[in-house]
Amino acid sequence: MKSPKVLILRAPGTNCELETAAAFRAVGGAPELVHIAELRAGKKRLMDYAILAVPGGFSYGDDVGAGRVLANQIRHALTDLRQFVRLGRPVIGICNGFQALVKAGILPHSNACDQSASFTFNDSGRFEARWVHLRLNTQSSCLFFKGLPEMIELPVAHGEGKLVLRSPRQLEDLKKNKSIALQYVTEDGKLMGYPHNPNGSIFNIAGLTNPEGNVLGLMPHPERFVEIHQHPNWTRQTYRKQAVGLEMFKNAVAAAR
Amino acid sequence: MTVAAEFGVLDRTPKELRAQGDARHLSLNEAEWTAIQTHFRALKREPTLAEVETLAQTWSEHCKHKTFTSPIRLTEGKKTRLIKNLFQETIVAATEAARKPWCLSVFEDNAGVVAFGKDWALAFKAETHNHPSALEPYGGAETGVGGVIRDVLGCGLGAKPVLGTDAFCFGRPDYAGALPEGAHHPRRTLRGVVSGVRDYGNRMGIPTAGGGIWFDDDYRLNPLVFVGTVGLLPRWAVKKEVKPGDLIVAAGGRTGRDGLHGATFSSANLAENAPTSAVQIGHAIAEKRLLDALLRARDRRLYRSVTDCGAGGFSSAIGELGAKCGARVRLEAAPLKVAGLAGWEIWLSESQERMVLAVPPKNLKALEAVFAAEGCETAVLGEFTSTGRLVVAHGAESVVDLDMKFLHKGLPKVERAASWTPPPTAKPAGGAAKPPAQILREMLAHPNVCSREWVIRQYDHEVQGGTVIKPLQGVRHDGPGDACVIWPHAAVGDDSDFSAFAVAHGLNPDYGRLDPYWMAMACVDEALRNLTCVGADPARAALLDNFCWASPDDPKQLGALVRAAEGCRDAAKGFGAPFISGKDSLYNQSKDEKGRELPIPGTVLISALAPVPDARRAVTMDFKGPGNALYLVGRTNDELGGSLCHRVLGRCGGEVPKASPACALDGFKAVHAAMLKGLVLSAHDLSEGGLAVAAAEMGFSGEFGARLDLDEVARDPRIYSDETLLFSETPGRLLVEVKPESEGAFLRHFGRGAKAAPVRRVGQTTANPILKVVGLAGNTVLEESLRALKDAWQATLPGMLK
Repeated sequence: MKSPKVLILRAPGTNCELETAAAFRAVGGAPELVHIAELRAGKKRLMDYAILAVPGGFSYGDDVGAGRVLANQIRHALTDLRQFVRLGRPVIGICNGFQALVKAGILPHSNACDQSASFTFNDSGRFEARWVHLRLNTQSSCLFFKGLPEMIELPVAHGEGKLVLRSPRQLEDLKKNKSIALQYVTEDGKLMGYPHNPNGSIFNIAGLTNPEGNVLGLMPHPERFVEIHQHPNWTRQTYRKQAVGLEMFKNAVAAAR
Repeated sequence: MTVAAEFGVLDRTPKELRAQGDARHLSLNEAEWTAIQTHFRALKREPTLAEVETLAQTWSEHCKHKTFTSPIRLTEGKKTRLIKNLFQETIVAATEAARKPWCLSVFEDNAGVVAFGKDWALAFKAETHNHPSALEPYGGAETGVGGVIRDVLGCGLGAKPVLGTDAFCFGRPDYAGALPEGAHHPRRTLRGVVSGVRDYGNRMGIPTAGGGIWFDDDYRLNPLVFVGTVGLLPRWAVKKEVKPGDLIVAAGGRTGRDGLHGATFSSANLAENAPTSAVQIGHAIAEKRLLDALLRARDRRLYRSVTDCGAGGFSSAIGELGAKCGARVRLEAAPLKVAGLAGWEIWLSESQERMVLAVPPKNLKALEAVFAAEGCETAVLGEFTSTGRLVVAHGAESVVDLDMKFLHKGLPKVERAASWTPPPTAKPAGGAAKPPAQILREMLAHPNVCSREWVIRQYDHEVQGGTVIKPLQGVRHDGPGDACVIWPHAAVGDDSDFSAFAVAHGLNPDYGRLDPYWMAMACVDEALRNLTCVGADPARAALLDNFCWASPDDPKQLGALVRAAEGCRDAAKGFGAPFISGKDSLYNQSKDEKGRELPIPGTVLISALAPVPDARRAVTMDFKGPGNALYLVGRTNDELGGSLCHRVLGRCGGEVPKASPACALDGFKAVHAAMLKGLVLSAHDLSEGGLAVAAAEMGFSGEFGARLDLDEVARDPRIYSDETLLFSETPGRLLVEVKPESEGAFLRHFGRGAKAAPVRRVGQTTANPILKVVGLAGNTVLEESLRALKDAWQATLPGMLK
């Protein structure tokens, strides 16, 4: 079976690229770390790849705002990104990558060029790392979620993860378009505040997808749960769940084949 | 060629020289000035300012550790003995005695290196950044992290950082007393330091997953900030060499005026007039670029050697790399932050995020391309020579022309006096008795035991996806783990190999107040039993020592330091655990608000690293179920001296806890062997607060109760007190949970000889989350809700930081 080429986008301050590459490799992808300068210089071409992943980190130090500079770089160096998305090729933005995709106007709607949502500092005022319970939107057409249970767990680690929208109406649009891919919930699936919602995100939104379902952006880190022993409770005998992060990468690779 | 500004030494008295030097924060003593004077009298010229600065940096306590390497005359009671070289006779001697083939590089490089599997090695280093963090907590901590990361990057041909650790000693955040002018309140220091570690470590993408905090008001003027890094490197990259003709290439950040005199200022007592320019300014993303570029260049084998610019900047980096051959430097080639720096400023600046490489000329183009691709600046500053001289020019100006031999070997050894008087062993006295349940509650809520979740969650402790045992453990991911386990699969690039490693710490200055020797022993014991608890191999542990002490010019302080170093030696020998690197920070004392000298309590931080043969066999500390057997490994003695129980009761005196390495190691090895067979459900070490605190923490983290029977505890037969059995802090003990059906198999791992560690079934876990303890007389000593104990344990730190 052929191994779809995965472009793992790097920029100064990207720091989750190796584990993201490892996740794709584990499910039969052929990841390649590509620095944004190489794309800008035309040494590498986005369209030569089947999948795009924008990993987590602190691109450009998150100066000005998390993912802001990277978003501008994406607008200028990845001019064919909208076409890439239109062709249905999978795109995943994790944490800082999600922030960049939103600020580059790729999410929640990749056909509107304007940025329509943004991120601000966690309500707690601090960077926080913790595992959270998440509910997948089973109605969404997000290709990354195929076969996953509705309730999953993943770790988050960020200081600027609170999603904010331009207007209340926009939230209704997101619901209507089934763009809300993931929400922070309690263990039994309820929407609750801190610490269940680790950052105060509107409507507990943890991840967004485009209406076509081939672009996923999420604050939690699926690449940190590709093996059962990465779960905080794997040493407890009562705990036996699948490593859901891995499934997301598997789905992306399957869709690209 | 003109000669740069001179520093007159030829016709001055030693006293004058010292005064003149102190005005520039050079921290050299009279004997050292005399050596410099003699050297330049023979040359018949005055040294330049840069030469004097270079010598002061290279000879500073910070760089040369002269207290540890100079002769010490120790008086103990009526006996006096001469220690020729404390470092050689304690730390190095212990490592040499251990003779472990898996130690690949010890004490030589920027970090110690041990083998990790067949193809890989781990570099480990811990440093302190105390003086800068006292002046500017955020910046001091940030650059401390940045510096220790560069130590690992500059170890061998460069290691990829895969774990960050941090341990702090602060005044209590709720300190209500007076402070001298200009001192930060401990609360502000804590907040600033935690933020600095967080912002630098998180931006670098290195999981900060190990460490600890100790609160004691004697640290209020001199906080201790220990930062450590573990790096992964291929075996082939452990050795480095410089060849004459190699180009001196500076890479990374630009050079500015920040961080002048950092090394020399940290080699003196912190005073009001400390230079603020001594603290550097960090920029994590610049270091991340440097890291990315350096490791790419390493894997293409484009350079022959590398070191970081730490204290002393270019002067120490180039001086060290060229120590065996020589170097010619042209400073005008260095990229600057601002124009107009004098030659000696460029040469001595401690601007961050810079490293120096030795590059064969034929590789220069390729190397420049690799760094440029990552947006990281490089500049050729000159070349290594075979002249044995360090020659530095700035344009047409001659800045330094020194003999490498004099620079590195010319430091005169000054004998120091030390004295040690063993403390009288007093019977415990003072403080009113309290019911055991109350003591337990107060101990769990004590700042030195309470939950560190507020700090730990601010660190991205899972970046790189390898933190298989996390610092917070248990059902709700908030229990106090003994150590973290890192499975560096992403850096190794093989997720079918489950080889991992663990890092743990030991620190307890309260024991040191009674006897620094037993403090050091207990710290090594604590680090190893923490490692054992998570499934690391206690027989394969490598150690780092970090001594933080007050002024060694005080014979009593120096005597205590010698005691601590000898404790480290005997512990390392006893446990067969070699030291691979270390560092000391002296002169941690300042004048308090009344003008009295306030020294810190003598402090040793032991950091230990050991392989976890299979990450899937690692163990956490939370109870896993009801009805399981609880085994206590190790013997309990009446050792409440310096204990948390005594602190809570306001009691002094008593026997300091004494480790017995051979017996303890026997117990650790047995537990480890049982863990490899999957026979251990949970394990937790007994440290501050003893058996009671350990059982409570395991219970509330796993949300199951326990019933303990104190009469079953293996103990000194002279103990008749339930409190002693509950709260004594005898080292070498672990509490272990075992399934009833595994008990026989578990016990088979323990020896029976006189020297074997005792193991006794002291109770069992229960479904109801209550800790119940039955005393020697069969009475109920305490019966407490674990939920309430956990609430007390969790409320302290957030409460103190409000």
